[in-house]
Amino acid sequence: MADALTMERDWQLPDRGTVGILFLIVTESALFAIFVATYLIYIGKSPVGPYPRDVLEIPVVSSICLLSSSLTVYFAEHALLHNKLARFRLWWSATILLGLEFLISTGMEWRKLIYEDHLTISTNLFGSTFYSLVGLHASHVIVGLVFLILVLTVTLMGFPIQTQFRRVKFLSWYWHFVDAIWVIVFTVVYVIGR
Amino acid sequence: MATVDYPLDRPPVKDTEFSFSQALYSWVATVDHKRLGLMYIVSALLFFVVAGIMAAVIRLQLMFPENDLVGPATYNRLFTMHGTTMVFLVGMPMVAGFSNYLVPLMIGARDMAFPRLNAFGFWIFLFGGLLLYYSYIGGGGLQGAGSAPDVGWFAYAPLSEGAFSRGSATDYWALGVMVAGIGSIASAINVIATALCMRCPGMSLSRMPVFVWVMLIDSWLIVVALPPLTAGQIMLMLDRHLHANFFDTQAGGSAVLWQHIFWIFGHPEVYILIFPAFAILSEVIPVFSRKPLFGRPAMVGAVVAIGFISLGVWAHHMFAVGMTSWSNSFFAASTMFVGIPTGIKIFNWTATMYGGKLRLDTPLLFCCGFLLQFLVAGLTGIMLGVAPFDWQLHDTYFVVAHFHFTLLLGLVFGLFAGIYYWYPKAFGRMYNEKLGKLHFWLFCIGANLTFIPLHFAGMLGMPRRIYTYPAGRGWEGWNMVSTVGVFFQAAGILFFLWTMVRSAFVGEPAGDDPWDGWTLEWATSSPPPEYNFEKLPVVRSSRPLWDLKHPHDPDWKFE
Amino acid sequence: MLNPVIALLLQVQVPGVAEHRVTDIFTPLASPAAAEKNIAMLTIAITTAIFVVVGGLILFTIFRFRRRPGDDLHQEPPQVYGSNQIEAAWTIIPLLIVFILIGVSARVIAAVQNASPPKSTLHVTVIGHQWWWEVYYPDYGVRTANEIHIPANIDGQTATYLTLQSADVIHSFWVPQLSGKMDLIPNRNNYLWIDPKDPGVYVGNCAEYCGTQHAKMLLRVIAQTPADFNKWAADQRKPQEENAQAAGAKAAFESLSCISCHAVRGTSAAGRFGPDLTHLMTRQTLAAGIMVNNGRSLRDWVNDPQYPKPGCFMPSMKLTNQELDQVVAYLQSLN
Ligand code: HEA
Ligand code: HEA
Ligand code: HEC
Ligand code: CUA
Ligand SMILES: [Cu+2]
Repeated sequence: MADALTMERDWQLPDRGTVGILFLIVTESALFAIFVATYLIYIGKSPVGPYPRDVLEIPVVSSICLLSSSLTVYFAEHALLHNKLARFRLWWSATILLGLEFLISTGMEWRKLIYEDHLTISTNLFGSTFYSLVGLHASHVIVGLVFLILVLTVTLMGFPIQTQFRRVKFLSWYWHFVDAIWVIVFTVVYVIGR
Repeated sequence: MATVDYPLDRPPVKDTEFSFSQALYSWVATVDHKRLGLMYIVSALLFFVVAGIMAAVIRLQLMFPENDLVGPATYNRLFTMHGTTMVFLVGMPMVAGFSNYLVPLMIGARDMAFPRLNAFGFWIFLFGGLLLYYSYIGGGGLQGAGSAPDVGWFAYAPLSEGAFSRGSATDYWALGVMVAGIGSIASAINVIATALCMRCPGMSLSRMPVFVWVMLIDSWLIVVALPPLTAGQIMLMLDRHLHANFFDTQAGGSAVLWQHIFWIFGHPEVYILIFPAFAILSEVIPVFSRKPLFGRPAMVGAVVAIGFISLGVWAHHMFAVGMTSWSNSFFAASTMFVGIPTGIKIFNWTATMYGGKLRLDTPLLFCCGFLLQFLVAGLTGIMLGVAPFDWQLHDTYFVVAHFHFTLLLGLVFGLFAGIYYWYPKAFGRMYNEKLGKLHFWLFCIGANLTFIPLHFAGMLGMPRRIYTYPAGRGWEGWNMVSTVGVFFQAAGILFFLWTMVRSAFVGEPAGDDPWDGWTLEWATSSPPPEYNFEKLPVVRSSRPLWDLKHPHDPDWKFE
Repeated sequence: MLNPVIALLLQVQVPGVAEHRVTDIFTPLASPAAAEKNIAMLTIAITTAIFVVVGGLILFTIFRFRRRPGDDLHQEPPQVYGSNQIEAAWTIIPLLIVFILIGVSARVIAAVQNASPPKSTLHVTVIGHQWWWEVYYPDYGVRTANEIHIPANIDGQTATYLTLQSADVIHSFWVPQLSGKMDLIPNRNNYLWIDPKDPGVYVGNCAEYCGTQHAKMLLRVIAQTPADFNKWAADQRKPQEENAQAAGAKAAFESLSCISCHAVRGTSAAGRFGPDLTHLMTRQTLAAGIMVNNGRSLRDWVNDPQYPKPGCFMPSMKLTNQELDQVVAYLQSLN
C-alpha cells in the first residue's frame, strides 16, 4: 500500500476543460442527429416543388474551403504550440478567411434559392428541412468565426496568446467538429438528398 | 491535471454580521456549489407546491361526475402546467440541486469544475421557469386566445401547431422548457467534469460513491437525451412562426414524427428523473442498515444498463399510433428488458438491508416506502410494456396511476429521504423526528389513497385528460377516494414544510456526523465551510470514513 | 353540481338492446378485446406473483432486521459486500420471465394486427374531427356521425374493418369492450377491426387529448343483426325525403347559415365542417354522445351549443324563438 503522500503526488486526473468541451460536442451532436434524421425521413415527401434535384447545386468550392480550414486551424495550433506567433497568425487568419468564404457562398446559395427558385422555409418539406439543417450548421460556423476573430483580434492587440494555449486548442476542436458535421450535412443534403 | 488548484491551508472564513442587502447579494452572486444546490432544491420545492396545488384543483374537479368547479379550458391548462412544472421545474432542478450540493463534497473537492457555469445554469433554469409561468399573463398573444398552454406536457403536434393553438401560450411552453433545458445541460456537463476531474487523491472511479456514479450517468443521459427535445421545439417554433412544414400535415408533414422526437427525449427523461432517487437510496440504505451496499459493481452496472437501454424504448408510448407489428414487438421487448437491471437494484437494496440493523428513522422510512411502491410502479410499467395490454391501457388513468407511482411514490419519496438525510449536513441542525414520521405516514397513506384507485378507473375505461365525466360509467367511487387522498398528502406536505423551516432555526445542533456515515461529506463540518475541506482528504476505499472509524477492520483490505 | 343537459345521458335507452356503458376491459365482447384480455390476465398473474414474492421479501427484511430497543448500538452487523451466485440468480430468473412475456406479446401483436378479414366484411371510414366523429360507409355512400352502425358477428364470419383518418389533430378510437385503441392521425390511414357477437350499444371515448372538448368526444358502436343493419343502411342511403308539412321550416333552415357547416343530402345544405344532418333523427344522441336526441335537447343545443359543450366549434346562432321553433321542427323531420 502506497502511503498518503505518494498517492497525493501521483494523483492524475483528466483535464476538466477537455472533458467539458468533449461533452459539449456530444450534446451538440445529439442536436444535429435529430435534424439529420428528420431530413432523411422527409426526403422525397414534399407534395409540391421545387425539389432538390431541380435547384440544388453541389457547393464544391465552399466545401473544400471549409474542410481545408480544418487543416489550417491545425497548423495554427501547431505553430502556437511551438511558439511561432507570426505563423500562428497567418494560419489563423487563413482559417477565418476560409470560414468566411464558406459562409458567403452559403449566403449566395440561399439568395439564389429564395429569389430565383422561390424556395423558402415554408414552401415545402424540402425547404423546411433544408434551411433548418443547413442553417443550424451555418449558425455554428458563425459562432466559431466569432471566437476565431476574437482570438485574432486580441492576438493582434498584443495579448500573449501562448498563455491561452488550452483555450485555443478547444476552439480548434470545436472547429473540427463543425467541419465534421459539414461532411454529414453535405452527404445527406447534396448526395443522398439529390 | 492535478486537482490541487487551491492553497491547502486557507484560513476558515469568519462569520460576520451581514446586512440584508449584503446577504441577498451574496446569494445572488454566489458561485458556491452548496448555495447553488440549495437554491435549486428550494426553487424546486416552491414549484412543487405550486404544481401540487394545481393537482389538488384537478382532483377536486374530478371528485364528482359532471362537476363544474373549473371549465374545460382552465382544466386543460391546469394539467399541462402541472405536468410540465413537475417534470421540468421540479424533477430536473432536483437532479441539479442534489448533484451540485453533494458531488463535490463526496469526492473531496473544493468546488465544481466550472463554478460560474454552475451559477449560469441555475439562473437560466429559473428564468425558463418564470418564462413558462409568464404565459398566464402574456399567453394570450395578439390573438387574445388562451392564457397558459393547454396542449399537454408532451404537446403533440398538430395540436400544438399554430392552426390549433392560437395565441402565444404554446410558444411560452416551448421557450420556457427549452431555456430551462439549456440550464440542465450546463449543469450536467459540469457534474460530469467534476466527477471525472476533481476527485481527491485516492478516489479512483471504483472507489467513487455510488451516489456520484449515478449522478454521473444521469448527467450523461441529460447530455444525450435533452437535445432531441430542443431540436423538436426548434422545429415547432419554425412551424409556428415561419410557417415551416415539419408537423404541418396539410403540407405532407408527419404528426408521428413529433411523437418520435418527443419520446426519444421523453423516455430517457423519466429515467433522468428517477436516477436521483436511486442515487439517494444507495447512500441512505447502507448507512441506516449499518452495512455496505450489497453488490456495488452490479449496482453501478445496472444504472449504466438502464441508461443505455432507455435510449431504445421510446416508442412504447406510441403503441397506438399504428406501427408495424415488428416495431411494436421490438419496443415491447426492449421495454421489458429495462426491468432486469431495475430488478437488480431493488434486490440489491433489499439485500443490503437484510442482516443489518435497520434504523427506521424518517430517511429510511421513505426509502422503504420507495422500495415497495416503486416495485408496484415498475410492475405496472411491465403491464404497459406488453403492447396488446397497452392498446387498452394507453392514455387511461392506469397510465396516470403508473407514472405517479414512479414519480410521486417513487421519485418524490426518494427525494424526501435525501432531504431528511442531508438536512443536518446542510443546516447543522436536526429536523424534528416526530414531525418527519408524521409527514411520512400522512404522505404515504395519502399518496396510495390517491393513486391506487386510479388504476381501477383506468381499467374501467376512464381516459386521461378529461375535465369531466358522466355518471354511471363506474368511475365515481374511485375518483372520490382518490381526491380524499390528496388532503392527506397536503397535510403531510404542510408538516414537512413546517419542520424544514422551523428546525433550521431551533433544531438541535446536529454535529458533523449525526448518522455515523461513511462518505466524505460527513468528514467536514455542518454546514460545510465555503471551501468544503480544510485539508483535502486522501481516500483508500469506497467507505473512507469507515476506514477511519474502524482502523482494525478497514474496507481497503477487502477491495 | 350536475349539469342538467348532460345528465340526460343517463336516460338514453334503446328499447330491447343492451347498452354497455361500464366499459370494463376485462369483460371483452369482441375478438381483439378478448385476445387482449387474455394476455392481460397472464401479465397480471405474473406481475402479481412477482409483487407478492419481492414485496414479501422487502417487508420481511424491514420487519425482521429493524433495530430493537435492546440492541447493542456499537456492535456493527457483519459487513457483507455481495455474492456473485445470488446476484446471478436474480438476474437470470427475471430474464427468463421477460422472455416469456416477450414471446407471448409478439404472438398476440401479430394475431391482432395481421389478422386477415373474414368472408363478409364491412368497410367503414371513421374521420376524427374536433370534437366529433364523421362516419362514412364507402360501400353504401352513406355519411353519418358519432354513431357507428355495424352488423353483429352472429354467424362467426362477419367483421367490420375501420379505416381511421383525421381531419385536424390526433384522436384515438377506443371502444374498450371491442378492441384496444388506435389513433386517428391526419395525413395517415390507420386500421382496426371489430366483431362484436351480440347486438348492442358499445360505448367508448376519444382517447387521445385533442383539445378543449376532448372529454366530450364520446363514441358509440351500435351492433345490429345483419337484417336490421341492412335495413338501416338502405334507409340511410335514401336522400332526405321532402316533408310537405316541414316545407316552411326547411326554408327557414336553408336561409340560415347552418347550411355553410352542415349537409342534408338532397337539399341545398352542403356544408362539410359539421356533422352531416341527413336522417338526423335516426341517431340516439347528439354532439358526440353527450345528450339524448329529442326535441327538447335539439332545441337546447341549437339555442346555445356552448352551454352543454363549452368551446365546441358550433357557435350559438342567436336565433329568435320563432326561428328556433322552425329549425327544430325541420331537424325533427329528418328521419
Ligand atoms: C420516474 C419515472 C418512470 C419510471 C422509472 C418508469 C419506468 C417504467 N415505465 Fe413508465 N412512464 C413514466 C414514468 C416512468 N416510468 C411516465 C411519466 C409515463 C407517461 C408519460 C405520459 O404519457 O404522460 C410513463 C409511461 C409508460 C408507458 C407508456 C404508457 C402509455 O402511455 O401507453 C410504458 C409502456 O411500456 C411504461 C413502461 C415502463 C417500464 C417497463 C418501466 C420500467 O423501468 C420499470 C422497471 C421496474 C420493474 C419491472 C420492477 C422491479 C423489477 C423486478 C422486481 C424484477 C422482476 C421483474 C420482472 C421479471 C418483470 N411507462
Ligand atoms: C414529479 C411528477 C409529479 C408529481 C409529484 C405529481 C403529483 C400529483 N399529481 Fe400529477 N402529473 C404529472 C406529474 C406529477 N404529478 C404529469 C407529468 C402529469 C401529466 C400531465 C399531462 O397529462 O400533460 C400529471 C397529471 C396528473 C393528473 C391527470 C390529469 C389528467 O389527465 O386529466 C392528476 C389527476 O389526478 C394528477 C394528480 C396529482 C396529485 C394529486 C399529485 C399530488 O401528489 C400533489 C401533492 C402536493 C400538494 C397537494 C401540494 C402541497 C401542499 C400544500 C402546500 C398544502 C396546501 C394544499 C392545499 C391547499 C390543497 N396529476
Ligand atoms: C361554424 C359552423 C357551424 C354552424 C354555423 C352550425 N353548426 Fe351545427 N355543428 C357544428 C359542429 C362543429 C358540430 C359538432 C359539435 C360537436 O359535437 O363538438 C355541430 C353539431 C350540430 C348538431 C348535432 C349533430 C350530431 O350529429 O350530433 C346539430 C343538430 C346541429 N349542429 C345543428 C345546427 C343548426 C340547426 C345550425 C344553424 C342554426 C347549425 N348547426 C349551425 C358546426 C356548425
Ligand atoms: Cu378527440 Cu380526444
Ligand atoms: Cu417510457
